[in-house]
Amino acid sequence: MNKITIGIPKALLYYKYKDLWISFFENLGCEIIISPNTNKQILEDGIKFSMDESCLAMKIYMGHVYYLIDKCDYILVPRLKCIKKHEKLCTNFSALYDLIHNVFDKNLIHYNLDVDKKEDELYAFTTMGLSLGFSYRKIISAYKEAKEKEKLLNERRISKQKSLIASSNKIKILLAGHPYNLYDEYIGKQIERILEKSNIDIIYSDNYDQKYLETEVKQIAPHNYWTYNKEIIASIVHYQDVVDGIILVTSFPCGPDSLSNEMILRSVKIPITNLVMDEADANTGLLTRVESFIDILEERRKQK
Amino acid sequence: MKPERIISFPHLGDYYIPIKFLLNKLTKLKVIESPPITKKTIELGSKYSPDFVCVPFKYNLGNFIETLENGANVLIQAGGGCRYGYYSEVQEKILKDLGYHFEFYTLVNSNRITPRSFYQTLKKIDPKISTFKMIYYSFLTILMIRYMDNIDDFIRKNIGFETKKNSFLDLKKEMLDSYTKCKGYLSLTKRYFYYKKRFKQLEINKPKDCLKVGIIGELYTSMEPFSSYFLEKELASMNIEIKRFTNVSYLLYQKSLQRRKNLRYIEKYCKYTIGADGMDNIYRAKYLIDQGYDGIIHIKPFGCTPEIGAIPIIRKVCQDGKMPIIYFSFDSQTSETGIKTRLEAFYDMLQIRKG
Ligand code: SF4
Repeated sequence: MNKITIGIPKALLYYKYKDLWISFFENLGCEIIISPNTNKQILEDGIKFSMDESCLAMKIYMGHVYYLIDKCDYILVPRLKCIKKHEKLCTNFSALYDLIHNVFDKNLIHYNLDVDKKEDELYAFTTMGLSLGFSYRKIISAYKEAKEKEKLLNERRISKQKSLIASSNKIKILLAGHPYNLYDEYIGKQIERILEKSNIDIIYSDNYDQKYLETEVKQIAPHNYWTYNKEIIASIVHYQDVVDGIILVTSFPCGPDSLSNEMILRSVKIPITNLVMDEADANTGLLTRVESFIDILEERRKQK
Repeated sequence: MKPERIISFPHLGDYYIPIKFLLNKLTKLKVIESPPITKKTIELGSKYSPDFVCVPFKYNLGNFIETLENGANVLIQAGGGCRYGYYSEVQEKILKDLGYHFEFYTLVNSNRITPRSFYQTLKKIDPKISTFKMIYYSFLTILMIRYMDNIDDFIRKNIGFETKKNSFLDLKKEMLDSYTKCKGYLSLTKRYFYYKKRFKQLEINKPKDCLKVGIIGELYTSMEPFSSYFLEKELASMNIEIKRFTNVSYLLYQKSLQRRKNLRYIEKYCKYTIGADGMDNIYRAKYLIDQGYDGIIHIKPFGCTPEIGAIPIIRKVCQDGKMPIIYFSFDSQTSETGIKTRLEAFYDMLQIRKG
């Protein structure tokens, strides 16, 4: 029997669940193909298949799906409604599966996460695995193994960042935002490149240990209910004492961020700037903004 | 002496009437509604709002500022929905940063309104409210809203064809006035049937094959006429029968009851709900097609995430059903003439199709 190939769009949730997804499918013995980093073509295709008002991250996602269309048997497009009790996600994640299904004519595999309705991750992955024809046993062990790997890799990233903070005395900037914004070639990476050239150490908001998440969120936004935004807020609270400044990265016109950012910007005590990226973002404007922000931080260091 | 507590809340169409009614019956506080929405309201709201927040936030914030200026010092925000649920915390922060002093209460915290959360919030506002009164008047208010919504449905169908100008709106005003004077269930119901009869007696000149258009989309722009630049009024002036689904009755209890059934109706397109009213609107598009409507108007605030998720699917539904549909996205700076021109073009197209 030929192996099944599964296409994974390198956008949105990929950046949150890549370790879990990749090792889960590998454990099952599936072939995986991941779309490349966002490039001009992908972005243009994405815009073509999106609504004007979609957020940039979503547009990019569409481009990645289109890239994979003729390169695999199935594309993985999960549907996430709720991943923590009584909390919410951006509605884009609940729309994703049906949306892609209606826009592209392609076989999808998916799982559905809705913890409020008692559909947790194990249940979701099991259903997905069964729909691909794997045995119950095999799925559970593939999931468990993948989960462990995910945890391990995550811990490794966090401790790496910890030691960077402890050892460096360069200017440090916390790059805060949704991971799919932070790590996308056309969003966060643009900023990252400027920072690296200026010899700045970058701390990423998603390398964060969620142990005290709830208490940390409470300091800025006690009633926030978007799980992913809470992670950003908590991480900002967590790191604000050890970095020189914060760059908050947003893709235009993000729904949850529009409100969540406001609370952050009004509450944080150290220098912070919010860079809102859209598809037309000219590099020059960005460059000046980032550079002048760095200037402020350098000035502050000198005065200390 | 402590200053008098004055309670107020943001606007949503005519619903300030039942809300005011309820608060008056339940609390000893003085109740004032926010000043009517004007251009200034939205200017004020936009000035202090985050950049690309959806426009209902800006309207609400404008309402709050204007009512605070009028002396209100206890504010209520509804919450619920998609981003609405989180309006409160941000608005409270913005207003406090502006230097206003007030108490702030949210009816729906985080997820959904439950009778319990509603009860607890009201108790916090005024600990002296008796439970019996609360139950009695809450249901009475819900009934009032339902009666209002029923009549509104009727009005939308017919107002475009009235023979005497303003006959519908004048009668509606009289009716709402009378509702606020009702004492209990019986007196409210009597009034409802009385006015229902009178509405039916209003003279109209409605051709059998008039154009019929359905309005779907996001809830605030659907229910607050100012925010859609009085779209329904415009349609009525074109002699169009209007069907709109979203109203408070729908959100309060019909929505959750219909969820499963609606999802099954569109199973060809959707396996899941989208969040807020996304799925509902896909259902409505299909429903309007199946009921033989002539066109659909989809409205939403700029950047409304759940509707943006639903639109590509709605588009597909309409393509499959050969249904004309037009999309409006409202912001604080939407050009009114732009809307009019597009609407007229849409109207012409519908007329030609109808032949
Ligand atoms: S959270 Fe914001 S950036 Fe992420 S998908 Fe939703 S609207 Fe887009």
